[in-house]
Order: sequence, then structure tokens, then C-alpha cells
Amino acid sequence: MATIHVDIVSAEREIFAGEAAMVFAPALLGEVGIAPGHAALLTRMSPGEVRVQLPNGEQQAFYVSGGILEVQPKVVTVLSDTAVRAHDLDEAAVIKAKQEAEEHLRARSDKVDIAKAQAELAELAAQLQTIQRLRRRGG
Amino acid sequence: MAVGKEIRVKIASVQNTQKITRAMEMVATSKMRKAQERMRAARPYAAKMRNVVAHISQAHSEYHHAFLIVRPVKRVGVIVVSTDRGLCGGLNSNLFRMLVQQIKRWQGEQVEIDFCTVGRKGAQFFQRIGGRVLGQVGRLGDQPHVEQLIGAVKIMLDAYAAGAIDELFIASNDFVNSMTQKADLEQLLPLKPQVDDTLGHHWDYIYEPEAQEVMDHLLARYIEALVYQRVIENIACEQAARMVAMKSASDNAGKLIKELQLIYNKARQAAITQELAEIVGGAAAV
Repeated sequence: MATIHVDIVSAEREIFAGEAAMVFAPALLGEVGIAPGHAALLTRMSPGEVRVQLPNGEQQAFYVSGGILEVQPKVVTVLSDTAVRAHDLDEAAVIKAKQEAEEHLRARSDKVDIAKAQAELAELAAQLQTIQRLRRRGG
Repeated sequence: MAVGKEIRVKIASVQNTQKITRAMEMVATSKMRKAQERMRAARPYAAKMRNVVAHISQAHSEYHHAFLIVRPVKRVGVIVVSTDRGLCGGLNSNLFRMLVQQIKRWQGEQVEIDFCTVGRKGAQFFQRIGGRVLGQVGRLGDQPHVEQLIGAVKIMLDAYAAGAIDELFIASNDFVNSMTQKADLEQLLPLKPQVDDTLGHHWDYIYEPEAQEVMDHLLARYIEALVYQRVIENIACEQAARMVAMKSASDNAGKLIKELQLIYNKARQAAITQELAEIVGGAAAV
């Protein structure tokens, strides 16, 4: 019996890897069933269930909160998102990061002051050196 | 006998410090192992993504995404990954030193720089030295999730897509091994074209819905995954550096205790000798 290799991964971990007789995935335009030898396909997925039918007839289901589905004749790759993503949620995250930066950095120049940066670093280096010297003297 | 009370108090205080540093060392060791595991777990996603991106750039020679086009550089973006907390040796200052050298080079070439900081130490650094910071995220904890980084990454991707910045870099620490961490600057955008020679014939995907939309989505996720990996790696570095720093602090405390103990014993012995001499002297006088 022909099989197709399936990899389900998220940015944080590997979820499933193995051979399958058939894979069902929630593509953006509707659920797709992928049999071995399917044409190359690249599509986004909506939140839903990825079902993997193993060669022995057993079925395993994995919930994905969206992501990308890549199909090649012998390999299916499910690149799952780790959380529900939506445009406005992403925008909210951007605004939050911006606000945080503005809060901390109000009234300051846009240009990096190299002299000041080097003075800062020299101070840090001096601290570390002192510790090292103390250690040598102690030992 | 009241000999050397101050010394005894001092020894007790150093012993307490040693207990703390030893505990921190052990905590850092276990956290480092966990961070390393997460580093390994995150690898397959980025590797799979890289394959897909390579397929696309090969299948689609006539279509060029903005993320793949090299432009003349007038302004660059840098995502600076630092730690949230201190007590980790020279980890952050090594990174900042490398970065300052690079900034100097850019300023020499009249290239302007936008920053985005991940981790509070980086934010504090730019607060002191100046620089245009577009966004920042902090307080990621020991087990950061991709969602926490979305905002910071998207700010920079949007800036790149809008043409505000022409190159995007990430500055973070490389985990070489538990004793060595190396400050590193990596270019994220434009993506270097990936050529996969194993694909002999020319083929293309069926895209659903549109090629452009799928590409946008995919490349944004790819950059996010790369940044996430860097952040995880930096946490492993942080814990490793803290482990080493705390180990030497414990060792130093041990040495200090030994020295103090010696001084204390000498003082005690001197007091006993003197007392005996007094008694003998007294007895002789009678």
C-alpha cells in the first residue's frame, strides 16, 4: 500500500512524524484530503483538526490553530501555529510593543551616543576585571 | 570567651551568601538543560520552513517577494536579544560591545539604525546610550512563547515591507557549549536565496488562495521562527553564564571562609596562650 510521509511541527516542538495512508487538513478554502501522490500544494490552514490515517487503519487527530500546509507527492508538512492568530490580534501585539518602547524611552535622542556607550561598556568591563583580579589574588 | 566574635559573625554571613550562590548555580544548571531541550525541539519547524522557502524561490524564479530583494542600504533594523535579569557574568556586555562596534561602523557609512529590544537589559542599555527604539518586549520568563514575540518581530517586518529599513539583523548570543557563549549578529532580511540542487526538474505548487498571500504569511512565520530560536538560545546562554558566575562566586566564598577560619583559630589560640601565661605568672608571684 502506498503511503505518504507526514510531519506536523510547531515553532516550539515537533508534534508528529510518520507514514500515513491519508491525511485530512482544514485548508483555508475547505477541508482537503491528501492521498499519496497528491500534486504539490501550498495553502494556509484555518483552525481545526488535522487527521492522520495510519497505514494500519488507525486514525490520529491533532488540533491546529492555523498555519501552513505544504504538500508534495511523497511528503506532507503541517507547519502549525502555536496559538490562534488573527490580523487584529497581531496588530494589538505591535501596538503593545511600541507603547512599551515609548514609555521607557521618552525624551531621548535618536542617535546612539558612541562615546557614552563605550564609557558604559568600559565601566562594566572594569567591574568584571576587578572581580577576576580579586579571584586571582584569593587563589 | 569573647575572642573573635566579629570574625564568627563574618564567617556566618559569608556562609549564608555561599548557600544562596550555590542554590542559584543549581537552579541555573537545571534551567539551562531545559532551555537546551527547547532549543532542540524548535529546530524541526525552522528546518521544514527553510525547505519550503527554498522550494518556492526555486519554483518561482520570475516572482520576487520583497523579503528576497536586495536594496541599497540607507537604514538598517536590529533586533537585540538580551536577558531580563543580571548576574550572568559578561554575557550582555559582550553582546553590547560587539553591537557598539557594528553601530560605529554603520555610523561611519552614514547608515541609520532602528532598534527593537527583546529582554529588559537591552532596553535599559538603549535608555542610557540613546538610539531609535521602535519596539520592545521584556519579562519573557524562562519559557517564552512565540506569541510574546509577535509584536516585536512584526514592527520590524512592517518597517522592512514599507521600505523604512533596508536590512534586518538580529544580535544575540550563540550557545557554543555550557562554558562558551559567543555574541553574534545575523542577517535576517533580505533572505539569502537558498538553492537546493537536489530538485532537478522545474515544478511549482498549487497556491491556495493566492501565491502572494501564502508567501507573505509563510515568510513572516519563518522570520518569527528564526527570532524565537534565537531567543531560546539566548536563554540557554543566560543560564549557562549564570551557572559559571555562581560557581565561581561559591568557590570564592569557600576560600574566604577558609581564610577567616584561620584568622579566627589563630586569635583564639593567642588568647588561650596569653591566659595560660597570666596564670603561670600569677602562680609564680605568689
